[in-house]
Amino acid sequence: MKISTNISGNKSKTEGGEMLLAKCKGELKILLKEYDNKREALLPCLHLIQEKCGYLTEEIILFLAKELNLPPVEVYSVVSFYSMFNLKEKGKFIIRVCVSLPCYLRGSQMILETLKNELNIEVGQTTKDKKFTIEAVSCLGLCDKAPAMMVNKEVYGDLTPQKVKEIIRQYKRGEGR
Amino acid sequence: MKIILKNIEKRGYKGDIESYLKNGGYNALKKALKIKPDQILSEIKKSKLVGRGGAAFPTGLKWEFAKNSKEYPKYVVCNADEGEPGTFKDRLILENDPHLLIEAMVICGFTVGAEVGFIYIRGEYFKAYEVLKKAIEEAKIHNLLGKNILGSNFSFKITLYRGAGSYVCGEETALLDSLEGKKGQSRVKPPFPTFVGFKNKPTVLNNVETFANIPEIILNGGEYFSKIGSPNSPGTKLYCLSGDIKKPGVYELPTNVTLKELIEKYGGGCEGKLKAILPGGVSSNFLTDKELNITLDYPGVQQAGSMLGSGAVIVINDTHCMVDLAKRCAEFFDYESCGKCAPCREGTKRAREILTDITQGKGELGDLTLLKELQEVMFDTSRCGLGQTALNAICSAIEKFPAEFKEHISRKKCRLKICPM
Repeated sequence: MKISTNISGNKSKTEGGEMLLAKCKGELKILLKEYDNKREALLPCLHLIQEKCGYLTEEIILFLAKELNLPPVEVYSVVSFYSMFNLKEKGKFIIRVCVSLPCYLRGSQMILETLKNELNIEVGQTTKDKKFTIEAVSCLGLCDKAPAMMVNKEVYGDLTPQKVKEIIRQYKRGEGR
Repeated sequence: MKIILKNIEKRGYKGDIESYLKNGGYNALKKALKIKPDQILSEIKKSKLVGRGGAAFPTGLKWEFAKNSKEYPKYVVCNADEGEPGTFKDRLILENDPHLLIEAMVICGFTVGAEVGFIYIRGEYFKAYEVLKKAIEEAKIHNLLGKNILGSNFSFKITLYRGAGSYVCGEETALLDSLEGKKGQSRVKPPFPTFVGFKNKPTVLNNVETFANIPEIILNGGEYFSKIGSPNSPGTKLYCLSGDIKKPGVYELPTNVTLKELIEKYGGGCEGKLKAILPGGVSSNFLTDKELNITLDYPGVQQAGSMLGSGAVIVINDTHCMVDLAKRCAEFFDYESCGKCAPCREGTKRAREILTDITQGKGELGDLTLLKELQEVMFDTSRCGLGQTALNAICSAIEKFPAEFKEHISRKKCRLKICPM
């Protein structure tokens, strides 16, 4: 992603970036007002965009920078600091597999391998049809159900390779929870 | 003896406002509003409650510092950014008894003179976020939040704030920076948040579980609370049992429970042969079956050379290679280091590199001394707890299982055939 420091200057636009921004501009304005256009609004705004658009574009970052009176690079640094904010388009279903110690002890590696085989991608990648992304994440607080993973907002615990295959097939068929 | 889970463990308890009120909810707040903040503070101090997030700082003292400060406005922040691997107790409270937390935060605000509160909840806790959002609305309708609470002249509001996937934000000063819309990077302490916190104003920052003890203390008095469990750090504690254990889960037990009781009596014993235990998540030191008789209170675990932290008891059986687990811990901290201070940023990276080499048969005996030195430097010079404790598990693994490490280095052999030699 390119970040221009000159808000009004010429820059290469992310494909569809303007469109994505337009999609949530209204709601963003309301949220910004709630926070009096103060910096604290940044994370709530990013969450809102992420929820509506799936990822954050250059246009969105420039827009927020202007609204919050921050240098664009400052907004960018916040976006890239947090692992839940995406700067690239990700799959419709983001699969977060916990790889922290309690899940590792119970076989999270096997869960990751199964997912990689089932979807034919590596960790951090997105399937060609933009349906699935696999992420290896830190503890999800599901250690009593280890190994565990989340698909978007849904929680899946006590996983086995077989269970994982079934869950993925359900999502592929459009029957996911 | 249940304080925190007393509602949750009741059959059919739903956690909504009606259920909470029916079970005596908000009676502590009603009582608190009738007595003076000084008196509430004295009860909290008498209770000897210490923070349940990991640092075990006396809660009464924290509140007193904030209360005595002449700076305004003051803030109350709940740390619901549960992220220490092996910890899942706050999720239980947040999802199933949110009003317990809200009630405690209002009492805290009333005591210290704050009118604004925040709950910083980790981004991945989608369900807990929704539950809390609903609970806050319910509390507003019942005049338990908002202006002139229950007819008093005290007003308090709570804002929910979501994190976005960063372990270090569980550290209090990093959390405050995140709450201000910045990268979650730790600040230099002192000054502590009770003096210079959110937007540089006095801020009480407590863990979810710490708050959850407050209503009970108000209702039954600090002295009553101080007699529960171990006299050194009284009350109950939520112990999160995970790993190779027959019955994983959250257990609320008085703090005088022993590690052996927790694992065998409540957890049903280790699955397979017990090899090691992390009593306080991956930031703590490994214990072995020789230390099973320790009491699970803060001083007890510390005397055994480890720490109770948030109460994440991870049980490990003999099918796991300690070198491999040490490498895992190093990878975790390398990934989660915020990058603000050099000792932690570089130290966690080097630790990961050294341990990766050892697991690949490229290690040298001097590496073990190097890791020990690195731990000392990081403990002395890192800004926050992340860097200070990052190498605890690793160095204690070397100390308690030296043969395994030496075998990997000198004989280039992993006896469990886990490491890719």
